[in-house]
Amino acid sequence: MLRFAVGGLGANKVRSALTMLGVLIGVASVILLLAVGNGSSVAVKESITSLGTNSLTVSSGSAVGGARGAAASAVKKLTVDDAKALATDADAAASIKSVAPVVTTSGTALYGDISYSPGSIVGTYPAYFETANQKVAHGEYFTDDDVLGSRKVAVLGATTAKQLFAGEDPVGKRIVLGGTPFTVVGVLAAKGGTGFTDPDDVVVAPLPTVQNAFTGFGPVSQILVQAASADSTTAAQSEITRVLLGTHAITDPTKADFRITSQASLLTARESTTKTFTVLLGAVAAISLLVGGIGITNIMLVTVTERTREIGIRKALGAPRAVILGQFLTESTLLSVLGAGLGVAAGIAGSHFSIVGIKPVVIPESVLGAFGIAVAIGLFFGSYPANRAASLRPIDALRHE
Amino acid sequence: MRHVIDKRVPAAPPPVIQLRSITKAYGHGDAVVHALHGPEDPETGGPLGVSLDIHQGDYVAVMGSSGSGKSTMMNILGCLDVPTGGRYLLDGIDVGHLDEGQLALVRNRKIGFVFQSFNLIPRTTALAQVELPLAYAGVRAAERRRRALAALSLVGLAERAGHKPNQLSGGQQQRVAVARALVTAPAMLLADEPTGNLDSRSTEEVLGLVDALNTTGRTVVLITHEDEVARHAKRVLRLVDGRIVSDVRQAPVDGPPPMLHGVGVPA
Repeated sequence: MLRFAVGGLGANKVRSALTMLGVLIGVASVILLLAVGNGSSVAVKESITSLGTNSLTVSSGSAVGGARGAAASAVKKLTVDDAKALATDADAAASIKSVAPVVTTSGTALYGDISYSPGSIVGTYPAYFETANQKVAHGEYFTDDDVLGSRKVAVLGATTAKQLFAGEDPVGKRIVLGGTPFTVVGVLAAKGGTGFTDPDDVVVAPLPTVQNAFTGFGPVSQILVQAASADSTTAAQSEITRVLLGTHAITDPTKADFRITSQASLLTARESTTKTFTVLLGAVAAISLLVGGIGITNIMLVTVTERTREIGIRKALGAPRAVILGQFLTESTLLSVLGAGLGVAAGIAGSHFSIVGIKPVVIPESVLGAFGIAVAIGLFFGSYPANRAASLRPIDALRHE
Repeated sequence: MRHVIDKRVPAAPPPVIQLRSITKAYGHGDAVVHALHGPEDPETGGPLGVSLDIHQGDYVAVMGSSGSGKSTMMNILGCLDVPTGGRYLLDGIDVGHLDEGQLALVRNRKIGFVFQSFNLIPRTTALAQVELPLAYAGVRAAERRRRALAALSLVGLAERAGHKPNQLSGGQQQRVAVARALVTAPAMLLADEPTGNLDSRSTEEVLGLVDALNTTGRTVVLITHEDEVARHAKRVLRLVDGRIVSDVRQAPVDGPPPMLHGVGVPA
């Protein structure tokens, strides 16, 4: 029976190949598009976890987002005192592991005759490194003593180090930042950029040093808080709210003049976005698979009409209904199996290339699923033409011209 | 040439084919056309249907012009079509009571078809063509091949077993069809104008094969409109407007066919 089916397909090679191509494209696009969706979700997850999953960022401004006029002027900026309150109120804030106030500014760095403007200059406490998941690859972190002593030391991001030193070892060298000389004590490990801003294009220095040289001793831009663990971020968040409402003398929590964002919430938001993205891609691919299936029905109907006379002969020779049915079903299933097999190969081969900057990650279930659905489509869409062939009356089939 | 009914028939087994008041009508109401009519009912004027017995080993030619009902008769005899009225017993089985699957089985086991237009399956080798009815009968591959090759050598085409229809002449194609018809050793060989598309030499070849088959005891029903072909039969029926108008016996049922020459090969 398989031999007859192969023969039947071989009789119309171009037609069979085109029909198979329909299924091939369907299966390959299901696998590939789901892989792209999955790949982007994996990439987002990686970039977010690289920021540190148990870190919380407190920034000033109304959480309601609608502070206007007089209310806006009443917003109290975050200060180093707020950070100290969070850090020292250990009893109230059991879920908080460490606190780092952050000021961010920009300026030009000079080394010898090389001048370069890093993406940002960050003034903070040593706790920042752990909280922001910034590791020193070479050299050392600056210490609490450096902060207390307002020492002019700096840790460079990988990109900044490369721009300023071009292969030279930066540790121990002196650079000039905004007119103030700094000694480089360490270089951060490269994190790799995923967006428009390069997280490695940074200079990190002790908070008072940066305040002294650039921003003045006013409010800080952010307070980075590290929760005791990834699970306790929610608890840490409510503790931060309580402490800061106290220091800012606000009684109504809905009128809080600060905002807390956690990487976990960012992660959830991004994950649901990429999930929608993946589902959309999958739906488009599924439609093309369906179209491929309709292609099979179409071609099998043509084949049945073309071979009506042959069906008549077979019936006259005593072919039972089941044999005719089986023959055409085998043919359509063979089309879909071959098409799906090639589609799987094409999909997996295609997933080795990165598409619009996303490295596709093949979901094994999608391969099995797409293959299975394609074969089922062959059976389902082939059954109508096959049934039509099997129920032809022999006399009508033999008379067919 | 005037043997009407053989005296030994009553002692012989029942006829292979028994048609009892068979009618076949197409269309409805006023537009109804009786392809098989039979004599008129003396009282109502309606059709009484065709009744006919064909015995084991007989060689019957059914003659008639186009529209006489001979093709309809062939289709009913071959279980390809069902009669409007009457009973048809093939080898003692009432075919009217069979469902589609059983009819397929009857066609497979009891009837071998030879058609005017050969009706070979395209792109299939002669050997595979002949194996086909055996495959439908569920015969094993090795046995199938052996019997198909035997049938092909019987029609003198053993060396062409691997050829496809488009590589064979008309006469050769029809011989493949004959091999296919006889490979299951059916009770009846049903030939619908088997020589209609053949030149005179191929006609002789094919008719010689049919004669030889009949000599070995196979019942043959042959539809034709050519007197040359009908001369090979032991019994000639003439149909006009769905009625049997003459029934002439040319040779005894258990004798050799009248035109048998030495070409036949024993089965």
